[in-house]
Amino acid sequence: MTPQQISEKLKAQFSDKILEAKVEGVLEPYIKVSASSVKEIAIALRQDPEFQFDYLMCLSGVDNGKNILSVVYHLSSMQQRHKITLKVEVPADKPEVPSVSSIWPTANWHEREAYDLIGIKFIGHPDLRRMLLPEDWDGHPLRKDYKVPEFYQGMKVPY
Amino acid sequence: MFETSHPIVKTSNGRALRSEEMIINMGPQHPSTHGVLRLELVVDGEIVVEVIPHIGYLHRCFEKHCEAMTNYQQVIPYCDRLDYCAAMNMEYGFVLAAERLLGIQVPERVEYIRVIMLELQRIASHLIALGTYGLDIGAFTPFLFMFRDRERILDLFETTCGARLLYNYIWIGGVSHDLPPGFIDKAKAFCKYFRPNIKEFNDLLSYNDIFIKRTANVGILPADVAIAYACSGPMLRGSGVNWDLRRDDPYSVYNKFQWEVQVGKGEVGVVGDCWSRYMVRMREMEQSINIIEQALAQIPDGDVHSAVPKRIRPNAGDLYARTESARGEIGYYIISDGTASPYRVKGRSPSFVNLSVLPEICRGYMIADIVAIAGSTDIVLGEVDR
Repeated sequence: MTPQQISEKLKAQFSDKILEAKVEGVLEPYIKVSASSVKEIAIALRQDPEFQFDYLMCLSGVDNGKNILSVVYHLSSMQQRHKITLKVEVPADKPEVPSVSSIWPTANWHEREAYDLIGIKFIGHPDLRRMLLPEDWDGHPLRKDYKVPEFYQGMKVPY
Repeated sequence: MFETSHPIVKTSNGRALRSEEMIINMGPQHPSTHGVLRLELVVDGEIVVEVIPHIGYLHRCFEKHCEAMTNYQQVIPYCDRLDYCAAMNMEYGFVLAAERLLGIQVPERVEYIRVIMLELQRIASHLIALGTYGLDIGAFTPFLFMFRDRERILDLFETTCGARLLYNYIWIGGVSHDLPPGFIDKAKAFCKYFRPNIKEFNDLLSYNDIFIKRTANVGILPADVAIAYACSGPMLRGSGVNWDLRRDDPYSVYNKFQWEVQVGKGEVGVVGDCWSRYMVRMREMEQSINIIEQALAQIPDGDVHSAVPKRIRPNAGDLYARTESARGEIGYYIISDGTASPYRVKGRSPSFVNLSVLPEICRGYMIADIVAIAGSTDIVLGEVDR
């Protein structure tokens, strides 16, 4: 399916939960969906025989500035040989997104990483611990307003 | 209320241990974890009940550094250091993403040089993977044989760009140096020399009885689990999935060459076991030699610097580009805000994703098998932790 067909089919199925679908005039077509409905849309994308998005290539957390965080899902289908990008935006003071790790188990570690570095909380994640940083680290370094702490456990943090 | 005489011990993911269970830490300083990986093993006697990987000991803030760079070219040396065993493949992934952001067409000679370098690097990386895997299992000699041959590839790289491990060779729009005089003959001689050696490796290690007993029917990864966990590279192909980005999501000039995607067949065990993954790598080296020989024969003339942009400032937008590294799908998600430095770079590293399936495939095996399974995933901690 072309990105155009994918977005039209999703719009017919989910109407107002699809906030924006950009398939032309951008480098990579993407579909922006509301944060609360990302899980049901993910289930449809995974299970619908026309979509069959069985392969979650990448899941990235992004700090968009202006107090908005987003999660970007890059999906591809090995059967149907098509790709699509899903985007979700959440406010930085309440960064909660439903977890998709029950649909694509690979999301488990990606979500932990996004939680660790950006501070997005994935609701329903089985084991949301820090991934790359020590468990007692303060803050989320990939936020644009992050300041390196002066001390970590009483030790001075170099530069 | 019933009270236990000793405190309840919990695993780090919060599960209380049963009385017959025990936690053993394997790593972070353990020779068979190929770096600083810590595996928390929950064992019942000698049987592994659960494996909880802990990573991050080598975290170098790659993504944060990228945002602080003053231009895109400065990111490439950091990409080298992600997977230091296959640095060419790593930098090419980033360069491809940046070139697609900028919309640059690269001269054909550059693409051919890149393919030659990428495939040489793939062989070098597989030689490390297979050699150290033998070492994990207890076979020392094949390791020396493989490093002997890898040395020849590194010599080829050294004559081209001066570096042996971390190259900064592939630039946005070109490569740093054209092939030096005599390179093509040396590379052809290497292919001729190397091809029979694969049979030697097979005789020494692949079909060795002890090696087969340690690796066949161990760590079985079914194809559907591999896809659900988004495994890639030899890990995915070892499970019998016929998928290679060089063929299935084509980039560069790979579609001009004749070669075959290798999948695990499970000759001595079942499809998806450690031996299948090992053997996919062994057979891929032969295919890489095929590609290199064709590329060396067809390489056109041209200027390798003609498409290098003076000023790199892509329009605002975002893009995910993926290529097949030696370990699988290396993808870079780059967001540009129209300035000279990237707004956000996410590196989707193959080892990170391949490692996430480890808890699934280790359950129920002996502690000694964990060494065999972890070795067969061929992780490089530099790209797991980034």
